[in-house]
Amino acid sequence: MRVGLFVPCHVDQLWPEVGLAALDLLERAGARVEFPTDQTCCGQALLSAGGHDEARALARRFARVFDRYDAVVAPSASCTAMLRVHHPLLLGGAEAQAFAARCYELCEFLHGVLRVAPPTHAFPHRVALHAGCHALRELRLGRASEGGPRGEDPVRALLSGLRSIEIVSLARADECCGFGGVFSLVEDAVSCRMGLDRLDDQRAARAEVVTSSDPSCLLHLASLARRHAPELRVLHVAQILAGEKSA
Amino acid sequence: MTHAERAGDFLRDPERARWHDASLWSLREKRDRAATAVPDWEALREAAAAIKRHTLASLPFYLARFEERARARGAVVHWARDAAEHNAIVEGLLREAGATRVVKSKSMLTEECGLNPWLEARGIELVDTDLGERIVQLRCERPSHIVMPAIHLRRAEIGALFHAELGTPEGLDDPARLTLAARTDLRRRFLGAQAGITGVNFAIAETGGIVVCTNEGNADLGTALPPLHIACMGIEKLIPRAADLPVFLRLLARSATGQAQTAYTSHLHGPRPGGALHIVLVDNGRSALRSRADFADALACIRCGACMNTCPVFRRSGGHSYDAVIPGPIGSVLEPARAPSAHASLPQACTLCGSCRDVCPVRIDLPKQLLAWRGELLVHTPHAGARRTALRAARFAFEHARVYAALGALARLLARVLPERWLSGRWNAWTRGGRALPRIPRRSFRAELARRRR
Repeated sequence: MRVGLFVPCHVDQLWPEVGLAALDLLERAGARVEFPTDQTCCGQALLSAGGHDEARALARRFARVFDRYDAVVAPSASCTAMLRVHHPLLLGGAEAQAFAARCYELCEFLHGVLRVAPPTHAFPHRVALHAGCHALRELRLGRASEGGPRGEDPVRALLSGLRSIEIVSLARADECCGFGGVFSLVEDAVSCRMGLDRLDDQRAARAEVVTSSDPSCLLHLASLARRHAPELRVLHVAQILAGEKSA
Repeated sequence: MTHAERAGDFLRDPERARWHDASLWSLREKRDRAATAVPDWEALREAAAAIKRHTLASLPFYLARFEERARARGAVVHWARDAAEHNAIVEGLLREAGATRVVKSKSMLTEECGLNPWLEARGIELVDTDLGERIVQLRCERPSHIVMPAIHLRRAEIGALFHAELGTPEGLDDPARLTLAARTDLRRRFLGAQAGITGVNFAIAETGGIVVCTNEGNADLGTALPPLHIACMGIEKLIPRAADLPVFLRLLARSATGQAQTAYTSHLHGPRPGGALHIVLVDNGRSALRSRADFADALACIRCGACMNTCPVFRRSGGHSYDAVIPGPIGSVLEPARAPSAHASLPQACTLCGSCRDVCPVRIDLPKQLLAWRGELLVHTPHAGARRTALRAARFAFEHARVYAALGALARLLARVLPERWLSGRWNAWTRGGRALPRIPRRSFRAELARRRR
């Protein structure tokens, strides 16, 4: 299977370690991975800012760049939701639908498609899982606390193999962190309040590490944690799964 | 002012914000427990959604049938194109009956039409009899939530209000005693009222009957005591058959407050003996919305308020931050249809978390509609021209991988060399609310990969 690795623009520019960890995990799982260098952005930020035409142009471009792969894998649930749910809505047609079905979030792909055995190295920390809204309510990876379709959470499944890891339970298991793309800038007061509420919940559960399959939520939480909760380490799940070296 | 500015004001009192969030979250949890206890919850939602879609698709047919059957039962049916027509009809009916003292149970439609100020300006005394609505009426403000109009107030504030308005002892903030004081005052008003106005939760085309749900029994008292009953409803409140009603009654209270049923569900079929029943059917923009393929679905709303209780933004910004008759996710869809430029910021007050879609008992895809509004309202947002230009520029950069990579490298370089206090000035919305700047890596992923592969 030829796998095209999609490294979302914010990961490419701000968190290259996550892309490297994802590449490492896919290669170790035996996939033939390529990183097409012509890739840029899925267009989600433009869509959420009201740029439907601009997002459509980028969706068309994305399909062209990644067309030759059997699967497109991204270390971001939110960008994957853009590929799988919104691109076909923007483009329309059976072809776009078929392409969307070949796009996967990294953990979903490792666990559900390649069926890799969960890694077993030691990670002796108390870990808070941040359930990204788009993983939960668009990709349906896991089940939202308010109900809705039931799906398996591949992040939890993969992490649970680690030795000595302790996944803490939070008072609000899947409350939004308040990032929301352009929302974080337009509504900065509410956005930060929401993020700080998440950090309070995670600290109350005595978490040492916060992780998620969504790097944009994590960048927002990490920026708040640096000011307000410096003891919390924020790691993308790929970094934890790839091992101490990347974490 | 935008929603963001009003939300910022609300958050300046962190204690209130925390408590507001916690109160609404506990309602969300009650809803979750109630929904989980119904084994066929998802099937119920599916059925409700289908019934509403069907009714809206054939609305003229069902409206005509409802009018015919309601008339056959002795009700008088009126049609109002807009808010002013609605208010004039109600005023005319009251004048005809010589009524100057009126009680009204909960109705978002009369709120939408501005009936209270209309009647007050014309010398008719109108008293809201729902406790929460009575509280906001005494404070001369609008409800902050469609089910719990006074949820933004703490009991000490209500105690102070009742001390000033109803003469309760100073400092009294015991909810039971405050409620008793409101009840005593309202009882007097019920007995003296010459007409009662109610909203309508469901109107049944098959029977010509209307159904009103309350928790306080105030609609029953308001329609049973005075001889004249005026029921005001939007044309989207119809359901086809009596057999459809249980589907909605099972969903409504559970979604709203986690109760299995509202405490009172009154079925009114025609006027009571010796009394008169007038039903005012109001369009006020509903037909226009119905003709918009992308937004028509919002008319299926049964006003349970579940989307507000689950919305993480609503819980932390308060209903008044929406500055609209209907706040929260559903309000952010409905209000821009009425006044696009006044409510242009509402669809932005959303992280697109999707929880409102999951709790909605009639499965309105609210995030999808909010996203659609963002595109359409772009022309009304502040700095619309700059935004358009930024979107086009971003599109250009993302369509050319080299331009994107070069701009990224330049931005990272600047972020690394410029002093932090420049970068995190007031102009920077990322750092303004208390976020640090992100750590800036020296190389992007693509640059690092290229380096390793050389």
